[in-house]
Amino acid sequence: MSTTPPGADSPGSDSPPVPRTDRTKMVLAGICLLIPIVALMWVPSYAKDDPELWGFPFFFWYQFLWVFLCSGLTWTAYKLTLAARRAPKGGAR
Amino acid sequence: MTPLVTDSSINGVALAVLVVLFLLVAVAGFMAARFKRADSLDSLDEWGLGGRKFGTWITWFLLGGDLYTAYTFVAVPAAMFATGAVAGFFAVPYTIVLYPIIFVFMARLWSVSHRHGYVTTADFVRGRYDDRGLSLAVAVTGFVATMPYIALQLVGIQAVLEVAGIGGGDNWFAKDAPLFVAFAVLAAYTYTSGLRAPAVIAFVKDILIYLVIIVAVIYLPSQVGGWHEIFGAAKEKMDSVNQATGKPTGAFLPGEGQGWAYATLGLGSALALFMYPHSVTASLSSSSRNTIRRNAAILPAYSFVLGLLALLGWVAIAAKTDVTGLDGNPNPQLVVPQLFEDFFPDWFAGVAFAAIAIGALVPAAIMSIAAANTFSRNIYKEWLNKKATPKQEAQVSKVVSLLVKAFALVFVLTLDKANAINFQLLGGIWILQIFPAVVFSLYTRWFHRWALLAGWAVGMVYGTVKAYQVINPATGKHFGGSLAEIPGLGDMGYIAMTAFALNLVVTVVLSLVLNAAKVGNGRDRTRPGDYYADADDPRVAADLSDDPADPTRPDPV
Repeated sequence: MSTTPPGADSPGSDSPPVPRTDRTKMVLAGICLLIPIVALMWVPSYAKDDPELWGFPFFFWYQFLWVFLCSGLTWTAYKLTLAARRAPKGGAR
Repeated sequence: MTPLVTDSSINGVALAVLVVLFLLVAVAGFMAARFKRADSLDSLDEWGLGGRKFGTWITWFLLGGDLYTAYTFVAVPAAMFATGAVAGFFAVPYTIVLYPIIFVFMARLWSVSHRHGYVTTADFVRGRYDDRGLSLAVAVTGFVATMPYIALQLVGIQAVLEVAGIGGGDNWFAKDAPLFVAFAVLAAYTYTSGLRAPAVIAFVKDILIYLVIIVAVIYLPSQVGGWHEIFGAAKEKMDSVNQATGKPTGAFLPGEGQGWAYATLGLGSALALFMYPHSVTASLSSSSRNTIRRNAAILPAYSFVLGLLALLGWVAIAAKTDVTGLDGNPNPQLVVPQLFEDFFPDWFAGVAFAAIAIGALVPAAIMSIAAANTFSRNIYKEWLNKKATPKQEAQVSKVVSLLVKAFALVFVLTLDKANAINFQLLGGIWILQIFPAVVFSLYTRWFHRWALLAGWAVGMVYGTVKAYQVINPATGKHFGGSLAEIPGLGDMGYIAMTAFALNLVVTVVLSLVLNAAKVGNGRDRTRPGDYYADADDPRVAADLSDDPADPTRPDPV
């Protein structure tokens, strides 16, 4: 950890390799991450009272539900990215 | 315990509990800072950055601290209480979509930052384009945008002190006394202890907060007749006509034409949050590239509680909480502290006050330190004194952390306090404009550095002018809100997003032109592999180690 601002150049000789990536898995992970954003930005789809749940209008309990759905989808995306970058021979990155 | 009646005298027991808890936490934090201090706090490393080896759980607390602030406790419930769901409940989708967003780019920022010793987003931009101007723009924006966010914390502390009975009277000084007390405490606390103390007491703070929240959300709804009753009372209030405007008081649900406002407030706030210097500091302090991604999956738990807290604003409507301040005017920011004072024994109200005050103080300290670090690294050392010693740098940081709080105080005194959530939204308008320069640059150098700078400038000017033009109908003050008509759409939307869209258009068009004209795009000091490095990379490992004498530490590049 250093406090000096970026100064001299450094050669890229010790630059780590770009890991091999399974594109399909990365795309799937991206979709998992996109779903909650699209769902919650589509406000007219949930800005309504009914059906109620335990006294909560739909608008409110639906968004609370997305807390858990989003958590699950993000975890799935996490596992997918780990799998996508797992090099065939050793060295998981 | 007499609901419905506002007690404007000093609540002795609650105030005593508040002061005692507060002093205990402050002293504990200060002692912990001394205990863990290796040599001295005279370097920026020690004062401003603390350790940088936090695993999943500590990072969870630290990042949670960025969200659990006076924003959550005071501003969001106040907005719900005053004008309803569009103004307040958007905080829930905001804090949900936040995590998929940071999941995508934060790992890359973590890797490249630890490969090159970057501490701020301005450091990264400097390394990516070798462009001092763009880096300065990023630094200045981070610094300026943090001020209203700190201002919001001051308003939170002030609200607690006011309900506890400090302040009042006719002259301006007595009226603003709680604010000055809040400021003085925050300043003294940050100046002496740096970042170590807030990190240590973050746990105490969170425990206090959870205790208070759990008790509140279980006990209070049943006291006012249950959730059905609460939503009924809220709907009735929001549908009633506001005499100042002749329109409905607020929105029970986002109605026709309010969907854009709700969505853009949520998305804009989410895109903006992790551009703030303090959020970046917290994210970079995680111990591995993937810590932040694991956290993205567990952090939404905070959002659930945030939603319940937001609804406390409506619990207060059902409870008919009186939010008349000591100056005789209604002040919605008092709603949550007042609710606690009305419904709980004095000692527990004191605990709740302490939780809110400490919950505002700790983030405010972290924010001002992070903003000050950005100033000393990317403005002072880069532009004013290139040969600054680490000691000078730390000294500048300390002084600037006071200055940034003083500016925050100016925000509170001059801007419209009736709508505190707007402070955070105003900061969001500014900070969002560095998003293209920081996040897009993590993936590509197609965008031209001058195009990014021009887009930033257009976004900043447009956003500031638009926000200035919003006049609060009740008080007649400028900067009265953060919503304006979206050009070409006709509906209202968060100004930050409109400015961001404009910023993008300018950036893309100018990039096309400048790239076609083959104008040089600066020198890139990063390598493609840098964006994937993890803790096992030797330079990253060296950067994570706290030992400045370690010969394998990377040169900051």
